[in-house]
Amino acid sequence: MALLEVRGLTKRFGSAQALAGVDLEVRAGEVHCVLGQNGAGKSTLIKTLSGAHQPDSGEIRWLGETVEIANPVAALQMGIATMYQELDVVDGLTIAENIFLGHEISRGGVLKVGEAHERTHELMRRLGHPDLSPSREVGTLSPANKQIVSMARALSHDIRLMIMDEPSAVLDSGEVDNLFRVVGELTSQGIAVIYISHRLEEIDRIGDRITVLKDGRSTASNLPVKRTPTRELIALMTGADVDQVFPPANPVPADAKVVLEVKDLSLGTVFQDVSFEVRAGEIVGLAGLVGSGRSEILETVYGHRKATSGTVTVNGRLLKPGSVTDAVEANMGLSPEERKSQGLVLEEPIYRNATLSTFTRFAKSGLLNERAERGATMTQLKELDLRPADPDKITRTLSGGNQQKVMLARWLIHGTDVLLLDEPTRGVDVGARMELYRLIRDVAASGTAVVIVSSEIEEVLGLADRVLVVADGRVLAEKKAKELTEHDVLDLVMKGSAA
Amino acid sequence: MSEQTTAASSHNVDSGGLGRRLFSGAAGRNIGLVIALLILVGVGWITAGGNFMNPDNFLVILRLASVIGVVAIGVTFVITAGGIDLSVGSVLGLASVIASIAWLQDAATGFWPLMVVAAIAVGIVAGLVNGVIIAYGKVVAFMATLAMLVAARGLAELISQRQTQVVDNQGFLNFFRSDLLGVSWVVWIFVIVAVAAWFVLNRTTFGRRTVAIGGNATAARLAGINVKRHTVYLYMLAGGAAGLAAVMLLSRTTAGTSTHGQLYELDAIAAVVVGGTLLIGGRGTIGGTVLGVLLFATLTNVFTQNNLSTSVQLVAKGIIIVAAVMLQQRFANREAKAAAPDTAPAAS
Repeated sequence: MALLEVRGLTKRFGSAQALAGVDLEVRAGEVHCVLGQNGAGKSTLIKTLSGAHQPDSGEIRWLGETVEIANPVAALQMGIATMYQELDVVDGLTIAENIFLGHEISRGGVLKVGEAHERTHELMRRLGHPDLSPSREVGTLSPANKQIVSMARALSHDIRLMIMDEPSAVLDSGEVDNLFRVVGELTSQGIAVIYISHRLEEIDRIGDRITVLKDGRSTASNLPVKRTPTRELIALMTGADVDQVFPPANPVPADAKVVLEVKDLSLGTVFQDVSFEVRAGEIVGLAGLVGSGRSEILETVYGHRKATSGTVTVNGRLLKPGSVTDAVEANMGLSPEERKSQGLVLEEPIYRNATLSTFTRFAKSGLLNERAERGATMTQLKELDLRPADPDKITRTLSGGNQQKVMLARWLIHGTDVLLLDEPTRGVDVGARMELYRLIRDVAASGTAVVIVSSEIEEVLGLADRVLVVADGRVLAEKKAKELTEHDVLDLVMKGSAA
Repeated sequence: MSEQTTAASSHNVDSGGLGRRLFSGAAGRNIGLVIALLILVGVGWITAGGNFMNPDNFLVILRLASVIGVVAIGVTFVITAGGIDLSVGSVLGLASVIASIAWLQDAATGFWPLMVVAAIAVGIVAGLVNGVIIAYGKVVAFMATLAMLVAARGLAELISQRQTQVVDNQGFLNFFRSDLLGVSWVVWIFVIVAVAAWFVLNRTTFGRRTVAIGGNATAARLAGINVKRHTVYLYMLAGGAAGLAAVMLLSRTTAGTSTHGQLYELDAIAAVVVGGTLLIGGRGTIGGTVLGVLLFATLTNVFTQNNLSTSVQLVAKGIIIVAAVMLQQRFANREAKAAAPDTAPAAS
């Protein structure tokens, strides 16, 4: 029997139909992901389930019985807790005080601090954080740990369902791993989790089933994560045709010039004897699991890491190992895996990031020409359809997709012969993804040799002309993307690793 | 037609956000400092009257500020790039000793600028050593320049044998005794260095590289900027500035000694940070540094005019550092709030 069943839920605010028929079924102990672009109705759905809004029509069944969730307190009493995106903890109180806020343990008005601390300690242990003292002030905690406190508060009630609204938005990648561990512990205790996000890569890691919302309607309900390809999800969320998610490949003429030549490249014990060629206009993908060495290969080709042996040649020019400057001079560009920490100077305006590799070219005898820099940036922003096209906007304030466009703009202004893209769609929401796919195709069509790495095998297969399958720092196979399926790649990786 | 519309609408934005523009401009970022400086001048006027509030005294303050000012401007570049240089005080001492060695002064009899060249060269070489150790030896800047602080002071003592070396090069002394438009050459040097530094930091590729490296060194490197080489240049610049400051101090004291410049590194860093340059790098302001230096120099002067002890001065200085930094943060926050993100990733 399902824990929670929602049928035909609708909700209208004035003239806006926020929900127009949502079906959802959540089972005990599962992670049920709710996906949708901004404005698809995710927030309204959560607020309805947590009692903050009342639906206009439709049915909510809890443990098989039709219920009305009158207010947030009623939801909590039923066993539904919600963790909102904005952390709702009180900085000035201790962890224990926050957890029992509103339902303090007391006798005759006197707090029983000892018992509260004991139960807090027990909760923190359940969440994998026995090190956080109950008497610690919450204001001193990191956003990740505040989130743990928020979860502990939910767990202090006897809950069966936890709703998490984009919990990873405030976390860095290490903290996300910890969040996922905690989610794993919750589900192993039979608690169901509704996980809201627009980051497909996260859903891939922790989700069991998916419900997709578009324009207030559930366009698909209860899809199993493992058997639903990314392109289908993107199509469901955006309303695009499945075939249009990845733009059609431009055939590379057989006599196209080889631009990038990598020969027997090795980096210590990380990867060995990697060789491949990329022609002008061709997209080559590196497919493999996390830790297979794909990003390291890219970084070594670029000179960010110094190869222990082997050579990299661009247009016949042999690159100096370990010299990024040399690679950039040979017209090679890299959009790194961690955009924020490796790619962008976040506090600087867009145009200074877009011209970070070319501002000397605009300058005359050391004097900057910011007018020309702004102009060149503006042209690219329009070309890339980055809105608003304001070269002076501070880069930190942009969305993930727009930040990625700034990285592309940098290398388009530079004019690259070889463009290396490491996880170009990480943290980018779905609508912007399709745009990026098209832009990457366009870059290749203009004659640039492109190498792409992504943890989403499907993305590699959908974008690349040729694919190298990588595992344990070795290239297992090199095939045309059309001849491979996601299943084939995983098969190769498993066999390769076993051998 | 469409051009006119754009112009009109942007004009509207301008007038609507005039206050915000004032606050977000370079002048706005320094407004806390300007206010603090004005308050201090007011205090000086009230407590010391005409002794404080006269042009001659202001020239004294400027001369007082000039030496530290030039040192602080060099340090501003290093800090903007996310580094630190603790050695500038010692390097100044060393440069003052070398430039005033008897045989060098003799050699410079016909051509006194040789002393200036020698002092600056000493600073540049010390900076080169700092930079190479930091960029290529991968020693953290704090430790590398701390080592230079100790070593340069020791070297200065060895060379001078702890003796004070009197400056008797007449050409040198005559030049610095003269003035331009009634203002000492020491002050003019400070002004020229400040203007040039502002220009370099804000209008040249060198400045752009400096800010980019301080903002995100990895991103700068991956965009093809030679971060190591630039790091070496930055420490050479800070060293060279310390060398020039040594010349200025030599002209004022007419003597070179290994004790010159003691604790100047702390005064310089305090002025830079109070001025609004971020200690973690990525944002630097020459105007702020100049104001920071003037603030401390005025403070010293006000105290001296009121016959207060240097001990009281030190306490007040500490309070001012904290107050000024807090004021700066207040304005920085206001600025951050003014720039609202287009998609809110709820950063807390």
